[in-house]
Amino acid sequence: MNEPAESKKPYLKIRALTKNFGEFVALKDISLDIFESEFVCFLGPSGCGKTTLLRAIAGLDIQTAGSIEQEGRDISGLPPSERDFGIVFQSYALFPNLTVTRNVAFGLENRRMSRDKVSSRVTELLSLVGLPDQGDKYPAQLSGGQQQRVALARALATSPGLLLLDEPLSALDAKVRAHLRLEIKDLQRRLAVTTIMVTHDQEEALTMADRIVVMDHGVIEQVGTPRDIYNRPSSAFAAEFIGTMNFLEATVSASGEVSLGDHRFRCDTSDFEVGSKITLSIRPEDIVVDEGEGNQQNTVMADVRYIEFLGSFCRLGLDSAVFADSDVRADLSIHMMRDRDIDAGTRISVCFPENLIRIFALR
Amino acid sequence: MTTLMDTVDQPSLGARVKQRISSDERVMRVCMGIIALFLLVAVVLPLYSMMAKSMEDRDGAFVGLANFAEYFSTPSLFFSGINSLAISLLVTFIVIVTAFIYAYALTRTCMPFKWFFRLIAIVPLLTPSLLSGVSLVYWFGNQGIAKDMLFGETIYGPIGIIIGSTYWVFPHALMIVITALSITDARLYEAAAALRTSAIRTFFKVTLPGCKYGLISAGFVVFILVFTDFGVPKVIGGNFNMLATDIYKQVIGQQNFQMGAVVSVVLLVPAVIAFTVDRLVQRKQVALLSARAVPLEPKPDRRRDMMMFCFCSFVALLIILMIGMAQYAALIKFWPYNLEFTLANYNFDVANGGGWDAYHNSIKMASFTAFFGTIIVFFGAYLLEKGRGFAIGRGVFHGIAMLPLAVPGMVLGLSYIFFFNNPDNPFNFIYGTMTILVVSTIAHFYTVSHLTAVTALKQMDDEFESVAASLKTPFYKTFFKVTVPVCLPASLDIMIYLFLNAMTTVSAVVFIYSSDTQLASVAVLNMDDQGELPFAAAMAMMIAYTCATARLLHLLITRKLLRRTQAWRHR
Repeated sequence: MNEPAESKKPYLKIRALTKNFGEFVALKDISLDIFESEFVCFLGPSGCGKTTLLRAIAGLDIQTAGSIEQEGRDISGLPPSERDFGIVFQSYALFPNLTVTRNVAFGLENRRMSRDKVSSRVTELLSLVGLPDQGDKYPAQLSGGQQQRVALARALATSPGLLLLDEPLSALDAKVRAHLRLEIKDLQRRLAVTTIMVTHDQEEALTMADRIVVMDHGVIEQVGTPRDIYNRPSSAFAAEFIGTMNFLEATVSASGEVSLGDHRFRCDTSDFEVGSKITLSIRPEDIVVDEGEGNQQNTVMADVRYIEFLGSFCRLGLDSAVFADSDVRADLSIHMMRDRDIDAGTRISVCFPENLIRIFALR
Repeated sequence: MTTLMDTVDQPSLGARVKQRISSDERVMRVCMGIIALFLLVAVVLPLYSMMAKSMEDRDGAFVGLANFAEYFSTPSLFFSGINSLAISLLVTFIVIVTAFIYAYALTRTCMPFKWFFRLIAIVPLLTPSLLSGVSLVYWFGNQGIAKDMLFGETIYGPIGIIIGSTYWVFPHALMIVITALSITDARLYEAAAALRTSAIRTFFKVTLPGCKYGLISAGFVVFILVFTDFGVPKVIGGNFNMLATDIYKQVIGQQNFQMGAVVSVVLLVPAVIAFTVDRLVQRKQVALLSARAVPLEPKPDRRRDMMMFCFCSFVALLIILMIGMAQYAALIKFWPYNLEFTLANYNFDVANGGGWDAYHNSIKMASFTAFFGTIIVFFGAYLLEKGRGFAIGRGVFHGIAMLPLAVPGMVLGLSYIFFFNNPDNPFNFIYGTMTILVVSTIAHFYTVSHLTAVTALKQMDDEFESVAASLKTPFYKTFFKVTVPVCLPASLDIMIYLFLNAMTTVSAVVFIYSSDTQLASVAVLNMDDQGELPFAAAMAMMIAYTCATARLLHLLITRKLLRRTQAWRHR
C-alpha cells in the first residue's frame, strides 16, 4: 500500500466545503486532501453527501461555500468544462446513436487531432479496457459490463488528470461487478491516474481504494486505508457501516475496565473518563469460543439462539443475561462448528479479546 | 438580457461561491432569452394590449371596468356566456363517455379491426372544425336529406353545435384517454383476480381510479376546446349566440373592438382556470407511474368484444357519414336537384371567398409554421431542459411556454390586431403579411409542441451534458451529434402536429389574414358565409386530402428514418 506521506503536496485540496439545498445541509465543512495517483473511495449510505461532494469537485453542482484546488489551481468557481477531469456515471451515459468508436472519440474530435491519431488513440483505449473488436457496435448491443468499460475508455481518452467514478458498478450484477472491480483497479494502477470513486458498497471500497473517506450526514466520519478503517474505526458509525459489529452499552468502571451490569471486561479506555457511559464494540469474527466455564477474564457464558449458515462460516446469535437486549453475533469457522458440536440451544463460553474490543461514546 | 442574467445569481452570503458562467452557458442563456423574447412578443404583449383595450372606450381613454359593466348588463351578450357554458359542459360529458368506451375497447379488449378504429378516430383531426358544420347542413339543414330525423327541430342552433363539436373534439379526448388507459400495471389486475374480485368491482376499484386523472384532463381539454371554438357555432349555430361567435360579430360585424376585447377577457378567464386545474391534476398523474409496471395484455371475451365492436363501429360510422357527406357534397352539381357528379366545385377561382391562392397560401403557411416552429420549439425546450443553473430564468421561460395553451385562438387573434396593428409598434411591419400568420400559429400551438419536446428530452440521460462538458465539447456539437438525432422522432411529431393545426385552424388567423394572405380554412368560412356551400365543402376536403397526405408522409418518413439512421435502437 503506497500510503501518502504527510509532506507530499496534495493533488486535490478541498477546504471548508459546504453545500446547502435550501434548508437541507448536504455537505458540512468538508476538508480533504487527495494525492497524486491515489485511488480514493467516498463511502457512505445513500444521502450521506458522497455524490454531492463528487459533483462539487466536477463543478456539476457547485458548492455553497468553500474552495477546491487542483494541482495548485483554484477551481472553486469554474464551470465543469474548464476543469480537468473525466467522469463515469452509474448510468454509463453512453451516446446511444454513436458507435463505441465514436463514443470514445467524442472528446478527441474537437481537439485538432488528425483523423489517424484519433483512430489510433481509440484503438489503444479499446484494447486497454479489453474491447478491441467492439468498436463498430452501438451501446445497446453491448452488455452492461462492456458499456461501463466503454464509458471508462471515453473518460480516459483525453488523458484527464482526475478520474471521477460515480457508483460505476452499481447497475451491474454481482459476478460482473467483482470482475470489473479488479480490472478498474488494475487499470488505475497502470495509468497512475488520480481517481475518486463514489460507492455505497463497502466491499468495493475495501478492495479497490488506497484510502477510504467514510461519510455520513454530510460530514467526513473517517479517512484512512481500508485496513485502518476496518480495524480501527474512529466512530460507531464507521464501525457499523463497514463490516459487521456488535454493540453493547456499558460504563467505564475503572481505567482499562468497563462494566456491563455486574460483568466486567478489560479493554483500552484511554479516551474516556471513569464513569462515562460508552458503547463497547467487537466484530463477530473476533469473538472466540473457548473451553472454559465463563469465569476467565473477558469471558461470558451464552446460549446459541440460532445458527445462520453462510457457507465458509457460521454466524451464531448469542443470548446472555450480560448482553441484555443487544443482538450479539459471533462468526465461527466451519471447522470450529464441527469440532465443538455446536447447535441451537448449546451453551458456550465466549471470550472478547481485550485488544480487539473498541469503545465509542454512547450514541 | 445579459444584465438581467448577471444579477440573478448575486451572492447573498459573504463566502458564497458563485460559479463562473462558461461561454457555452452564456450562449445558451442568450439563445433562451431570444426565444423568450419571441414568446413575449408573440403571446404576452398582445394579450396585455387586449386587456388594456378592454378597459378603454372607443376613443382610447381609460374607463376601468365600465365596458365589463356594460357587457354584463346586456342580456344578449350575457346569455351567450351561459350558452357557451351549457353547450361546453354537455359536449364534454358526451365526448368523455364516448371516448372512454372507445378507448377502453381499443386498449382493454380483443375487439377485431382495432387498427381500423384507431385510424378512423383521427380523421376529424385532419379537417377544420368547420367541416362538421358544413356536413351537418347537408344532412339536416333546410334541404338536408335526413331533416325529418330531427322531428321538426332545427339543426341551426344548439343541436347542430353539439353534434358538430362532439365530432371534432372526439379525437383530442380519445388520445388522452387511450394514454391514460395504456398506463396500467397488469399486476394490479392479477392481484384483483387472485383476491376473487368481481369484474365490475375491479372496474370501479382498479380501472377507473387508474385513469381518473387522464379522464379529468381530457374533460378539461374538451371543455376548453368547445368553449373557445368558433368554427362550428359560426357555421351551424344560426341565431344561437356563443362567446366565441360574439367576438367575431363584435369585431368583424360591428367594428366594436372594445367589446370584442371584453368578451375575449370573459372567454379567457374560464379557459385559464380550466387550464390551471388541469396542470395541477396532471402533476398528480405522474406520481402514479411506476417504472416496473407490467403491461396489461387483454384476454378475449366474446360477448364483451362483440359489444365493443358494435359500439366502435357505430362511432366510426358517424365519423364516416360526417366526412363522407362533405366529400359527396363537394362532388355534386346542384344540391338537391341535380345529383350528378362534377369537379366544378373545386374551381375555387370562380367562388367568392378565396380562390386556389388561399389553398396555396395555407400550404405555405403550414410549411413555414412546421419548419420554423419545430426549430424554435425544440431548441427552446433543449435550452430549458439541458442548460445548467439560472433557475429563475428557466422557470419564467417554462411559464411563458405553457401560457399559449390557456389562450383561445380567437383571443390570440384579436390580441394581435390590437398589438401589431398599432402604428407605434416596431413590429407593425409584419401586419398583414404571411409572417404574422406564421408567428401567430406557432404561438397558438406552442405549448403542446413544447411539452412533446420536453418529454422527449427528459427521456435522455441528463449526464450526457455532464460527460460532454468533462470532455470539453461545446454544447452545440453535443446538440447536433447526439440530442437532435436521438430526438428526431419527437421533432417529426412536433412538425406534423404544427402542420396539421396550421392547415385546419381558423380561430386566430381569421382576424389577421389580409387579402394577400387568404387561407384555405378561412376560405371555407367565407364561402359558407356567402352561401357557397359546395365550394366550402370542396375546400374543406382539399384541406383534408392535404392533411391526410402529410400524415402519411410523416408516417413513411418516420419509419424510414428509424430504420436507416436509428439502427442503434435495436439490439
